[in-house]
Amino acid sequence: MQIGKVVGCVWATVKNPSLEGQRLLIVQPLTPELQDTGKQLICADATGAGAGELIYWCRGKEASFPFLPAEVPTEATIVGIIDQVRRC
Amino acid sequence: MILGRVVGNIVATRKDPRLEGFKLLVVKPVAPDGKEESGYVIAVDTVQAGNRELVIVVSGSSARMADGCKDKPVDASIVGIVDSVRLDER
Repeated sequence: MQIGKVVGCVWATVKNPSLEGQRLLIVQPLTPELQDTGKQLICADATGAGAGELIYWCRGKEASFPFLPAEVPTEATIVGIIDQVRRC
Repeated sequence: MILGRVVGNIVATRKDPRLEGFKLLVVKPVAPDGKEESGYVIAVDTVQAGNRELVIVVSGSSARMADGCKDKPVDASIVGIVDSVRLDER
């Protein structure tokens, strides 16, 4: 899983029926120091994250697990909203 | 998932029988701010996307979870046609 920040969203009326009802947010991946790293990507949202929020997201087939038993075709999903990052 | 722009299509007569009847499109990745990125991907179309349309592409094993792609040899699917993209001020 990786840290990221919600920086926007995507609207699509025509979509695969299995993606119906999903919110699609644009996420900027961040380092633990909260610096931008890597390309922005589109994530499905399993937590109700909002604009500008610090989140963590997972990639791969596991990204569709939060929506089980529905099979949602997503390879990147927001699975948590971060309250605090503490580095020791 | 990534955004992409449809820039072409693929015609293949000989292919895996499980891919018969699928539309294969050439998609160029696009950043959310609209800039085209390097590389291409061949994606199975599940939403009847057209040329130059901005689409959502899901890749990896999740691409098989799209309706109609179950158990097909597919690693990239077009699952949505983008109406609009909103990028917040940072």
